[in-house]
Amino acid sequence: MERQKLVEGLYRFAEILVALIAGFAISGIIMWMGGYDPIKAYRAMLGSSILTTDPYNLAMTLSFSAPVMFTAITFAVGVRAGVFNIGAEGQMYIGALGAVIVAAMSLPGPLYLPLAVLLGSGLGALWGAIAGILKAYKGVNEVVSTIMLNWIAFWIVDYTRVDLLPNPKDPSKTVEMPEPGRLPIILRGTELTASIIIAVAVTLLSYYLLWHTVLGYEIRATGMNPRAARYGGINPERAVLWSFIIGGIAAGLAGVCEIAGRPPHYAITTGLSNLFGYGFDGITVSLIGANHPLGIIPAAIFVGGLTAGARGMQIVAGVPLEMVKAVQGVIIIALAVPGLLKLLKTRFTRGGG
Amino acid sequence: MDIGAIAEIARQTTYAMTPLVLAAIGEIVTEKAGVVNIGLEGIMLLSAFIAVYVAEATGSPWLGLAAGTVLGAFLGVVHSLISNYLKGDQIISGLGVNLLALGLVPFGIEAVWHVRGYHTVPPEAKVPALPLLRVSPVFILTVLIAIGTHYMLNNTGYGRKIRAVGENPEAADVVGVNVELVQTVATVYGAALAGLAGAFLSIDWLSSITKELSAGRGFIALALVNFANWNTLLALAGGALFGVTWTAAEWLKIIPEIKALVPISLINTLPYIATLVVVAGFIGVSRPPAHIGRPYKRE
Repeated sequence: MERQKLVEGLYRFAEILVALIAGFAISGIIMWMGGYDPIKAYRAMLGSSILTTDPYNLAMTLSFSAPVMFTAITFAVGVRAGVFNIGAEGQMYIGALGAVIVAAMSLPGPLYLPLAVLLGSGLGALWGAIAGILKAYKGVNEVVSTIMLNWIAFWIVDYTRVDLLPNPKDPSKTVEMPEPGRLPIILRGTELTASIIIAVAVTLLSYYLLWHTVLGYEIRATGMNPRAARYGGINPERAVLWSFIIGGIAAGLAGVCEIAGRPPHYAITTGLSNLFGYGFDGITVSLIGANHPLGIIPAAIFVGGLTAGARGMQIVAGVPLEMVKAVQGVIIIALAVPGLLKLLKTRFTRGGG
Repeated sequence: MDIGAIAEIARQTTYAMTPLVLAAIGEIVTEKAGVVNIGLEGIMLLSAFIAVYVAEATGSPWLGLAAGTVLGAFLGVVHSLISNYLKGDQIISGLGVNLLALGLVPFGIEAVWHVRGYHTVPPEAKVPALPLLRVSPVFILTVLIAIGTHYMLNNTGYGRKIRAVGENPEAADVVGVNVELVQTVATVYGAALAGLAGAFLSIDWLSSITKELSAGRGFIALALVNFANWNTLLALAGGALFGVTWTAAEWLKIIPEIKALVPISLINTLPYIATLVVVAGFIGVSRPPAHIGRPYKRE
């Protein structure tokens, strides 16, 4: 039994590896078609993020792993409950807004951080709960509702940046989180703050919640078979709603940590540019991590590495930053293929036919 | 409000509704065959990009529209391979296409035009509006496609096959229908129309290309499919309703009294809120095809 589980796990790992290779290979061809040197680009990307011993680069990789670890939990908990919650993006915006609202208050120093966490995760939970209620009690397709809520969140947060909480010293961003409300920097000169510690802690907590609590059991049972879960005395609607609330809390925390723990801005910038995309990156992280909290941690470091390495890639090989998102897209498409490895094996044993 | 203003709102709504209706009609056919494609948003965006590229390179907006449609069809083939032949996860495949577009389009804008994020379509690459009515020829085409597709689905043998495959693939298989092939044709048709919708966005209506160009319209089209109860003629009518919320938002922004009261950013939320409300209100009234979203596997 144990042995079989191990073999299955290794197989899964190999499959994910094949998807990663496919992602790099196909994106490499696209880069080459665009007139860039993919080998040079990948060498610069990985050499300045993961495959390096330079503490600055490694710290930057970890700093970009933190937000996507949170948003990956959002997607993973949803998948465990049988729903596709792709609303982490908007829930993160709203969470960041919560932190900025707290930043704009005049409070005793030690109160900023706990209040920002409370308001940010609370608002994130609320934003997730809207889609949760619509799904659980009205049957609204969560893929549609979460995307609508993402856009509504985008424009609401954009409005507060321009009209409600603008920074008096810098028109390109909102009010900053004041000094006492900021998370401590772990390595000086980098963007690595205690965000990463909170992210790992919350990820481990989500593992405990899913596999060692009654609610977690109910969520997983609902995801496997809602009808059977109902026979077993579980209320599947409630489990689905809770999965959205938990996901919203995690995504909200991603937003809070980007405000309280990301130098140099400590604020929301024009067009939400310092937040944009972390929610969707979380989907990649969750899928690479097999939608499992313990898989999410290494997967987040990988995707964080792509984000951190994108800068190096742009400087050295001139390739636009966004190429790393395309790599992620191809990886996900490859992950959608079941039995990817088996497929390749039969192809090769048939002689490439 | 005078007649002129109402006519102008109607004219602008024909633009706002066209991409929604095109993508929804395509998705209706795809879903009738039992396949879900949530990658419409990504297809629109990628096709919007390629349409600008081809229209500028050839000087022909018509070739731009064709290029967008062909790229859409190609992405439909990819989605079909994964969903229909490899029996993969349709939602994840669609998500992948959406994320791919979010990366490739800004990459492409920078690689081709050497600018970051935004490129304006030059006049010679734009689809000209029809004289007199001043509506897009693509809108007229959309109306014809809605009618034609409705006829195809309900009055032809192939339409029957598509519906059979989506309702009961086992039975269709038993009577000799090639389930995977029919699903693939329906998926490619749907993706091609989403591609045309994307090309219309960039080289016709909005005359620009950015990574936010599709602005959730692919997902609004999914909502419209549901709202229209998988009927392409209702999608045309419902599209007008969804489209008018975009037009209304633009009009509200230029009315001084409203501008003073409600900030532009908040007016921008209107189409999304309207979509949510409509979808929440109409769910349960409509009925999806029975075997939707699940790959067909022979026993």
